Amino acid sequence: MALDRLSARKALQNHIDHPLLETPFHPRIEALSRSQEWYVWAGYRAPLSLTDEEMEYTALRNSCGVFDISPMKKYRISGPDAEAFLDYVMVRNVAKLGIDRVHYTCWCNDFGHVIDDGTLFRFGPESFRLCCQERQYEWLSDAADGFRVNIEEETRAVAGLALQGPTSCRVLLNAGFSGVEALRPFQLARFPHEGGEIVISRTGFTGDLGYEVWVSHDAALSIWDRLFSAGALHGIQAVGYGALNRCRIEAAFIVPNQDFMTADHVLRPDRARFPDEIGLDWLVDPAKPYFNGRRAILEAREGKGLRHVLVGLEVEGNVPADGAIVYHRGKHEAGIVTAGIWSPMAKRNIAIASLDRPYGSDITKDFFVEIYALREGRYHKLMKRATIVSRPFVKLERRTKTPPDDF
Amino acid sequence: MTSCDAIVIGGGHNGLTAAALLAASGRKTILLEASAHLGGAARTEEIAPGFRASGPAHLVNRLDPSVIRALKLDTACLSGKALPTAILDLAWGPALVRGAYGEVVEGVTPEEARAFAALREKLFFQASLLKRFLARTPPRLGKTSLGDMKDFALAGLSLISQGREEARDMLRMLLMNVADIADEYLSDDRLKALLAFDATLGIHLGPRSPTSLLGLYYRLTGETNGLPGAQYLPRGGIGSLARAFEDAARRAGAGLRTEAPVTRILSRQGRAEGVELAGGERISAPLIVAAIHPKAAFLSLAAPGEMDAGFRKQIRNIRSRGNVAKLDLALREMPRFTGVKPEDHEARIVIARNIRHVEEAFNPAKYGAYSPDPVMEITLPSLSDPSLAPQGAATLSALVQYAPYELKEGWETGKPAFLKIILDCLDRHAPGLSSTVIAARLLTPPDIEAEYRMPGGHWHHGELQVDQLLINRPVDRASSYATPMEGLYLASAGAHPGGGLSGLPGLLAARHILSGGR
Ligand SMILES: Cc1cc2nc3c(=O)[nH]c(=O)nc-3n(C[C@H](O)[C@H](O)[C@H](O)COP(=O)(O)OP(=O)(O)OC[C@H]3O[C@@H](n4cnc5c(N)ncnc54)[C@H](O)[C@@H]3O)c2cc1C
Repeated sequence: MALDRLSARKALQNHIDHPLLETPFHPRIEALSRSQEWYVWAGYRAPLSLTDEEMEYTALRNSCGVFDISPMKKYRISGPDAEAFLDYVMVRNVAKLGIDRVHYTCWCNDFGHVIDDGTLFRFGPESFRLCCQERQYEWLSDAADGFRVNIEEETRAVAGLALQGPTSCRVLLNAGFSGVEALRPFQLARFPHEGGEIVISRTGFTGDLGYEVWVSHDAALSIWDRLFSAGALHGIQAVGYGALNRCRIEAAFIVPNQDFMTADHVLRPDRARFPDEIGLDWLVDPAKPYFNGRRAILEAREGKGLRHVLVGLEVEGNVPADGAIVYHRGKHEAGIVTAGIWSPMAKRNIAIASLDRPYGSDITKDFFVEIYALREGRYHKLMKRATIVSRPFVKLERRTKTPPDDF
Repeated sequence: MTSCDAIVIGGGHNGLTAAALLAASGRKTILLEASAHLGGAARTEEIAPGFRASGPAHLVNRLDPSVIRALKLDTACLSGKALPTAILDLAWGPALVRGAYGEVVEGVTPEEARAFAALREKLFFQASLLKRFLARTPPRLGKTSLGDMKDFALAGLSLISQGREEARDMLRMLLMNVADIADEYLSDDRLKALLAFDATLGIHLGPRSPTSLLGLYYRLTGETNGLPGAQYLPRGGIGSLARAFEDAARRAGAGLRTEAPVTRILSRQGRAEGVELAGGERISAPLIVAAIHPKAAFLSLAAPGEMDAGFRKQIRNIRSRGNVAKLDLALREMPRFTGVKPEDHEARIVIARNIRHVEEAFNPAKYGAYSPDPVMEITLPSLSDPSLAPQGAATLSALVQYAPYELKEGWETGKPAFLKIILDCLDRHAPGLSSTVIAARLLTPPDIEAEYRMPGGHWHHGELQVDQLLINRPVDRASSYATPMEGLYLASAGAHPGGGLSGLPGLLAARHILSGGR
């Protein structure tokens, strides 16, 4: 009896054999992975690269890279007050988000500090999906008190694939999703697949032509196979985070807990950030009805509450400045580089940095970055001149062109 | 849409205080009260033909002198005698605590009387230091003002002036439980029981719960007619006192409207702009003072999208479940309590045998059951004020602990059962009392919630415990009467310094508003 119970319990504890979750696409990714380079993304086993980061980057920029975004947190928000509720949670004006449209947004705690950023999909007058990096169920539920909304966690139920790159539209057309070419940036549409329905949105994280395909958990493998057989002649290639990260830096997109610390993660009070301090001031709509953190954000704007600024840097030389300290005139510490690469597209050494005002706001010249380049067992300390430049570092016409060029 | 300079929501004594002061400052002020009566929980009501009772508050013990001065409050109804307290004991007879919380104690040994005097002196001294902080807006963390510093310094100085020992002892005692202190100083169970009862009345703690001594300090910070810790029965019932507040507000020129329940606080982009009444009528004003329970103000009246979510969560988490039931009896004749001299029937009569009795009465309340052997304080208001009952008849008013807000079995069946328990208890101490009952009104916390619009039916509009005091009353971001909603202020018992008929929350809120937030 006792033994029975024990073995029954043991059977339920097989998570120990699989300490990391696997996305519904995992069998295909695992099969393609030659480099076996993995990292942990929100509890999931996710590829850093599958073959070679350079080749994957090249696919993203020249043909069609496929990146599994299933670990993104997804919440379905619906009900008669869904719009009013989201308008209250988000700094951006949700009333202006049209049906079958998507927009990028962020949300703040009571003190105006950014909790997370993400994309908001609108499927109907009362139906939305929020897609983001961090778990938000608790925050959303707390905030929903008094609103007639239903919040459903659908991270596991919905799988997602990003198809990014110049041939991505062609791949989707080959796969039979005709009409996809008419999608404008941030527009979405539904398509039939295997008796069910999938959603394709013209969105992505590369600053390029690209789409995100959203399917139910059980349709994941069939959609993968459909896309890969359709894309064989158009350079479709599964990519890992390393290549994607390069593209997003070129596009100057920020990553929570990388380029800024999210409000729920910081321990030190000065580490949280207002939207304005991470380049998201353009999202904030003070003219709309009250939203969470509004008072604090506006007070910070009026007073001296904004202490940091996010900037793009061009660094001399070709050594990536990732993690480097930024100095003003080589003497005064002015901030830190949160992401930096040599950009093959821009042919420049680029970086995203967080500077402490007045550096970056009033003082905009004479910056240096201190790079520690590890060369065969020894650090070479490099003081490289850095110039504030406009973002994005790479701006591609094909990102917005509709219909996209065909291949 | 009508408009004015200031709207006060809630016509309890705190709302009336705030309205009087705002109107006196020249602001066109309208007070809106939901019920047909002003005074909030301080009302005199007819419970049977010819019988009038106070409900649910019945005794005055902390009406603040600064409120009397600021409102020029007519306190004629308090011109009677300070009531003694008689703690009953069927075996030993009652102990009597007279004057300002026991200037004289009778019915105990001379040693015990001396021990009580020593403890009383110590508690009054400590309470006098705490009182300083109850009489002003709580300090704000990180924004401590000169006035705050002055008060900290003065409190520190008077503490040190009593010698290092006293200072150390106060720090030791501050967060202790009342039972341990009573055991340390006293040996008479009746006196210990009184302290245990008084420390926990209206608070969800038993005498052995940590920090329960704070409730006693709070009581001792109150004074009436210059006597600290003294208690009075207002002539004409507690409603007479409410009438005095009402008159003060009228004199100052405030417009007082009854049967005007506010259903919404109107706001735009987080700024209060007015209110909407049940009939749909709207009144606009740049200044709204909510002299009602904080949960009612923020969760029922303000739109959810107009305040930050973290703040609203804090408000939801305010603990505010009442524990006290109010019993009013219309009696055919004046009851006789065993062992109590006829003239001492005017006393506040406390039924609590010992600390353990109070503690054991508390235990079931933790699990959603009423006390099978409750503790209570009783007054016989018609004895000193015959106008409250027909000739020869009498009224009895009692506050009974513990009667949890959320009764597991439900109050529908619980209420008659609890009433029987209380009447049985009264019969034990005043034989035959229950057979003279003409009418009985028992108000449980849910009744009080419904009848007086006090969420939870809680004495203080929110537990008066250490985590909900001072800079955390009702929550940190609304602790200085201003709230995260611009133009909306709090002024009820739920705000600092807390409940009881003191008028201080209303006074301090109005002063804070009139001083422009300094
Ligand atoms: C059982 C019990 C016994 C008590 N006994 C005593 C005692 O003996 N002595 C003592 O000093 N204290 C006693 N108290 C405490 C005391 O009654 C309260 O602390 C005090 O009444 C608080 O006053 P207030 O003005 O802040 O609020 P309240 O007296 O609660 O007044 C609030 C007013 O606002 C009105 N209101 C609420 N919502 C709305 C709305 N939406 N629109 C318009 N109006 C609204 C209500 O109808 C009410 O009139 C007792 C409390 C209880 C529960």
